[in-house]
Amino acid sequence: MTPVLYNLPFVAVVVLTIIGLATIVLKRNLIKIFLGITILESAVNLFLVSLGYREGGIAPIYTNAPDRLMVLPTPQALTLTSIVIGVATTALLLSFAIVIWKKYGSIEIGFLRRLKE
Amino acid sequence: MIPPFVIENSPALMVIVPFVAAFIAPFTGRATAAARALVVGGAMAVTSAITLLLASDVYAHGTRLYVFGAQAATLAVPPDSGGIPVRIMFTVDPMSALMLVITAVSAFAVVLYSLASERHHSGLGSYYTLFLLMVTGILGMVATGDIFNFFVFLEILSIASAGLIAFRIDGGVAVEAAIKYFVLSTIGALAVLVAIGIYYGEYNALNMALIAQRMQFTLLDQLALVLIIAALAMKCGAVPMHFWTPDAYSMAPSSITALLVVASQASLYGLFRVVFTLYNITLNAACVGWIIIVLGVLSMVVGVTMAIPQKNVKRLMAYHAISQTGYMLLGVGVGLAVLGNQPLLDAFGYMAMEGGIFHIINHAMYKGLLFLTAGAIFFRIGTYDLNRMGGLGHSMKWTMIFFIIGALAIAGIPPFNGFASKLMIYESVFAFNPVLSVIAMVVSILTLASFVKVFHSIFMGPVLPEYRDVTEVPAPMLAGMGILALVVIVFGLFPSLVVETLVAPAAHALADQGMYIAAVLAGGA
Repeated sequence: MTPVLYNLPFVAVVVLTIIGLATIVLKRNLIKIFLGITILESAVNLFLVSLGYREGGIAPIYTNAPDRLMVLPTPQALTLTSIVIGVATTALLLSFAIVIWKKYGSIEIGFLRRLKE
Repeated sequence: MIPPFVIENSPALMVIVPFVAAFIAPFTGRATAAARALVVGGAMAVTSAITLLLASDVYAHGTRLYVFGAQAATLAVPPDSGGIPVRIMFTVDPMSALMLVITAVSAFAVVLYSLASERHHSGLGSYYTLFLLMVTGILGMVATGDIFNFFVFLEILSIASAGLIAFRIDGGVAVEAAIKYFVLSTIGALAVLVAIGIYYGEYNALNMALIAQRMQFTLLDQLALVLIIAALAMKCGAVPMHFWTPDAYSMAPSSITALLVVASQASLYGLFRVVFTLYNITLNAACVGWIIIVLGVLSMVVGVTMAIPQKNVKRLMAYHAISQTGYMLLGVGVGLAVLGNQPLLDAFGYMAMEGGIFHIINHAMYKGLLFLTAGAIFFRIGTYDLNRMGGLGHSMKWTMIFFIIGALAIAGIPPFNGFASKLMIYESVFAFNPVLSVIAMVVSILTLASFVKVFHSIFMGPVLPEYRDVTEVPAPMLAGMGILALVVIVFGLFPSLVVETLVAPAAHALADQGMYIAAVLAGGA
């Protein structure tokens, strides 16, 4: 595999990170901001999984495994944990959005000015 | 008297007990509120007892390891593992033990207080669930020896805290504060996760001791350091990233704010742990030390100047919390700046670190106490607005006394604990750089001025007609505040004893990276 192809996942990580951060900073709708956070989470998860990838590696299950290179199991475990935490985060953020919608009748960030400076 | 099983498994039990109780509490609440109070109070008492037991054991016998899933609790490196600690483990050294003591005392005081202050509110099942999850998160964060495990507990803490900040809703305003806090914390936690990924990619390790042993301080490590310092400095409310602090602190129920202070200190602990244990002398200590000092000085000055014009008593206290965090960053930053230079470290570096660490425990006590008194006032008169208060000293004498104790401690007046730690910081920082020390003293004077004003407008003056029927708060709330006030006074009266037994071992454990690594990697022998 050429170096360009090998580093492609990491390029994708950078692109996703930029998209995620830009969405969080520039968008004014709460749901879109929360989507930005989800994109950022995906970028980090992709980063973790790519770390453990080995070219031509097989799944790291030792029972009756052929004698070949395996991908690293730990980053996969980390990613799974991170996905679970991400679900909890997203659920809590969306429930906040529901409350804001009920109380203010809008989820545009311009309405979130009642907390005085 | 205490079964050996408990002592042996105390690191695991102190996390499991609140975690399990968190999910039992709402079910018992369906029967009666008294049953739930019993479960929550009992679980917290047991957790605090186990935590204090573990801490005293660590102070007596040195660093404790607890390896999950191994044949023996201390078997960090089994013979067949090739010298690599593969399992998740808790590594409780004196610095962690100090944080455990803070958490145990504060959380227990807060539970006592909550049992009375929250009695008339709805949704208490979820309140106590989230509260106990917060305690779990803090205890796990400060005890863990595995950097990914640190991230997991950090997220448990963030999610539970965000839920509690939004708990009162308050027409949506509390939810705004929670969104602000939670969006920032999530981005911060993801930055920490990227840093963890970098460490794993470079060193094939998640165990802090192993990463520390293999640390090369390459360009990637510098990137990871920047990500972690930025994320954790934000979580502890240091100045350029402090915007969430006044909102979250003022909108959360007061009992929770007292625990949020401890949660911020846990993030501060994480910051110090990464800088000192993972990197230690491999990094450019003077440069990183100065970055932390500058963060500290900015926090001190900006925090106190923003506090002075505040009209809401909790926002005012929150800005003071930012300002006090600056002292800890300053003290420990000075220690870091001279790390690796043994004569200077002996001359004033250790003392600066001890001052900073002593201030962590003092701050958690007196700031927790102040927030609880603010909550007590709100409990009786239903407002945080300073302009609408007055004359409460006639009817709420105990609350007034506790407020005076907290206010004098935060302003650094003897014989309270804030004076002891601030004096250590002034002296040692003066030897490092006199200007920093002068700034610290000026900030302290401004703090005193601000609290004199607050004291006057809350408690002094004639009884206002609308508050004629105000009475003292219930006994459990007074007991919660009393515990913290007692610690403030005792630490203020015997500072050298506390420094020698609690703080100095913690400072030396933090500075001595080799001891930490040896304690873990020799764990199979």
